[in-house]
Amino acid sequence: MPLTSAFPLLQPSGTIALAERGLMLHAVEFMLIVAIPVYILLFFFAWKYRAGNTKAKYMPDWEHSKMDELVWWAIPFEIILILGALTWSSTHALAPNKPLDSARGEPPLVVQVVALNWKWLFIYPEEGIATINYLRIPVGRPVQFEVTADAPMNSFWVPQLGGQIYAMTGMSNVLNLEASETGTFAGGSANYSGAGFAGMKFVVEAVPEDEFDAWAQTTKLSANVLSDDSYTFLARPSTGDPVAYYGEVEDGLYTTIMEKYMDLLSPGAHHH
Amino acid sequence: MFGILTPQAFIHGPIETVPQLMVVFGGIAVMGLVLYYRAWGWLYREWLTTLDHKKIGVMYLILSVVMLFRGGADAAMMRVQQATSLPGSPGFLTPEHYGQIFTAHGVIMIFFVAMPFMFALLNFIVPLQIGARDVAYPLLNSISFWLTVVGAMLLNASLVIGDFAATGWLAYPPLSELAYSPGVGVDYYIWALQIAGVGTLAAGINFLVTIIKMRAPGMSLMRMPIFVWTSLGSMILVIFAFPILTVTLALLALDRTLGMHFFTTDLGGSAMMYVNLIWAWGHPEVYILILPAFGIFSEIVPVFSQKKLFGYTSMVVATMSIVVLSFLVWVHHFFTMGAGADVNAFFGIMTMVIAIPTGVKVFNWLFTMFRGRILFPTPMLWFMGFLSTFIIGGMTGVLMSVPAADFELHNSLFLVAHFHNMVIGGVLFGYFAGLAYWFPKLFGFTLNERLGRYAFWSWITGFLLAFMPLYILGFMGATRRLDVVDPSWQPLFIVAALGVCVIALAIFFQFLQLVVSIKQRNQYRDTTGDPWNGRTLEWSTSSPPPHYNFAVIPTVTDRDAWWEIKKQNLKTISEKKVEIEIPNNSFIGCIIAACAFAFGFAMVWHMWWLAVLGIVAIVIVLIIRSLEEHTEHTITI
Repeated sequence: MPLTSAFPLLQPSGTIALAERGLMLHAVEFMLIVAIPVYILLFFFAWKYRAGNTKAKYMPDWEHSKMDELVWWAIPFEIILILGALTWSSTHALAPNKPLDSARGEPPLVVQVVALNWKWLFIYPEEGIATINYLRIPVGRPVQFEVTADAPMNSFWVPQLGGQIYAMTGMSNVLNLEASETGTFAGGSANYSGAGFAGMKFVVEAVPEDEFDAWAQTTKLSANVLSDDSYTFLARPSTGDPVAYYGEVEDGLYTTIMEKYMDLLSPGAHHH
Repeated sequence: MFGILTPQAFIHGPIETVPQLMVVFGGIAVMGLVLYYRAWGWLYREWLTTLDHKKIGVMYLILSVVMLFRGGADAAMMRVQQATSLPGSPGFLTPEHYGQIFTAHGVIMIFFVAMPFMFALLNFIVPLQIGARDVAYPLLNSISFWLTVVGAMLLNASLVIGDFAATGWLAYPPLSELAYSPGVGVDYYIWALQIAGVGTLAAGINFLVTIIKMRAPGMSLMRMPIFVWTSLGSMILVIFAFPILTVTLALLALDRTLGMHFFTTDLGGSAMMYVNLIWAWGHPEVYILILPAFGIFSEIVPVFSQKKLFGYTSMVVATMSIVVLSFLVWVHHFFTMGAGADVNAFFGIMTMVIAIPTGVKVFNWLFTMFRGRILFPTPMLWFMGFLSTFIIGGMTGVLMSVPAADFELHNSLFLVAHFHNMVIGGVLFGYFAGLAYWFPKLFGFTLNERLGRYAFWSWITGFLLAFMPLYILGFMGATRRLDVVDPSWQPLFIVAALGVCVIALAIFFQFLQLVVSIKQRNQYRDTTGDPWNGRTLEWSTSSPPPHYNFAVIPTVTDRDAWWEIKKQNLKTISEKKVEIEIPNNSFIGCIIAACAFAFGFAMVWHMWWLAVLGIVAIVIVLIIRSLEEHTEHTITI
């Protein structure tokens, strides 16, 4: 399947990614207010005051000017003041764990993400299904990703939908994203997790809600069951795992995966 | 007897065998040359036992250059791998080997190229600029250097015996814990950095005391050259930051060797704690490296603009604010770990605040050029190259300090491009400028200018070719540390690989420049001691300076001390004889280093008896030394 864009950061398909792109462009604009004059001054001064140009004014002992120095403490200060305000508001507005408002008033789709050595497990608890290395989401409905790991630290990232969040054992990080248009996007891990890291890729398909529901029902028919036992088998290190679907998922599997690392008294979470 | 070391540790795959043999035969070849030329005595008297800060500086530089080859070879292999590997046709490196290579590349470039290069320049110049005859603790200086060598040797030993960490240069747990990295690679990493880190901390204390206590009469703090100020700032950071690194790695070592649970996944261990601690060292580390580079430019720009530095006080204030602020930004390395918006926003804003003093420095350099008479020899070219690339790096840095933007850029090749932008365009170009500028002072002849220009232009071109594509790849969603890449990214990876070839050409020109300059040294001889019409005290003595630097310690009456002396035609040569105390050469640095190597190697391979022996030997050597009474001799000139 061809991807919707080769430049996911510049041509986003998600509301969060779009806001983040806007933020980047804004920040760059403000910085150019300083950067462009600096470039001009650098090359202009270098040319104008070259030693060969004896006509240029020469002030070998001029070393201090309160006014001038005040100006270049003030200019970057002002820019940073503006950028700082932008940072404060955008960091809160785009906090990964902040729930997104749904246009149609529905609750978000919950997807539980488990980074494994070296593949991704996606559990849809409400639909009772799960997938490996493949994610399908409805367009225009917020998705709440709950992200953990049963492996070294990874980072869950679908650049075309928005920023990433770390996947860590015994921790559940929340990342809210929403696809604003249909398409096929690349996803993967952004944090090195060992020899199979490069293979931790998955495809995301954003489809209209009815297509998503139909897909979920079809997947539900799959005979594959993700039980404690089959999970233990799945969690063993492997590379090049094909896309797989599970029609049934053990209740509370995600919590079980997370909590086995949270026991402070007994060692030996079975992480091999 | 040999702990967990077995013959198996010497056996490697075909590609790993090449560097393994290179290390072994390189070592044999060096020993052979020393024996053939009967140079042992010379090596021992002039170098191994020297306590002269200038010679120790030269040895730091040699270490840095040797390790640059190793780190550069790693970089080249990574570039070839990423330019040739596609899904279904993996490149020439296995994933495990590739992991070791990018880990070693980062560790080597920061700890064993950039840090020794910085200490080379500090050793060369700080005592000369403050009008001192040596550093405060000459023997400690030698020990610091040799401990750094031990770190580098342990790291290279992993090529021959066992393997190196494949975890990334900061060895995040849980990947670096026994559960996921059962081999000795991470232990090599830990002990190489621990031993080199102790050397660095000692050097930090040494230079701090040197700057505080050994300035020439009249040189008040506000008359110090800016390079001394930035070195002071850098050393303050070393003293506060390196103990954090030592403790963090010690805790990781306790996890790995004694089965403790500071950072493991179970029994309450927290990898997030490690990530916080390592960056509490790691961010100041960046400023440890860049501050001296800022200082170098603050020396070069006035000299070649033939004008006083503009805004000295602002420069000092800016430097010291960066020192303080650099400890308040570490969380920006992991906004994506899941901290709340308040925490992320605070650290994002603190990060941006650093841009203010940095911006002030830039304006001060520009207005030093304003109404000057600017000459453009290679040091000044490096400044132009630095500033034009540094602006890009600064902007991409501020961009990533906005947490919500960082979520999309973190761990991507955009980030990789940004920090290479800072470390090559900022740190390395700064050090190259310093080396070109101070080379005649150290060796008594200037470097060939034409080849220096070739090197400069190749470096700039190579740097842009190698790293601008990485910014674009970041926008394409390419993450770092991939051994197999997406086919659509391949063209840009090929461009980046070509960039590395151009950088290799640049390094070739630098060597050619060195060789040609040495051959034609009589033609380039600096007989005045002051080839650039300098402003600071290092130019007041001969090139190269005598062992004792200054026959008469100069008296300082103003900033730009040497400029004032020249202007007022003051005498710097004494008519009557002076007695100067010189520390005796000492082999103790090498002995302690040998013991430290034994200790480190023993810790890696669990040879507990040898580890204890190594430590006990170091203590005994130190006790013997402290009982020695005649550690100095007096010369009369």
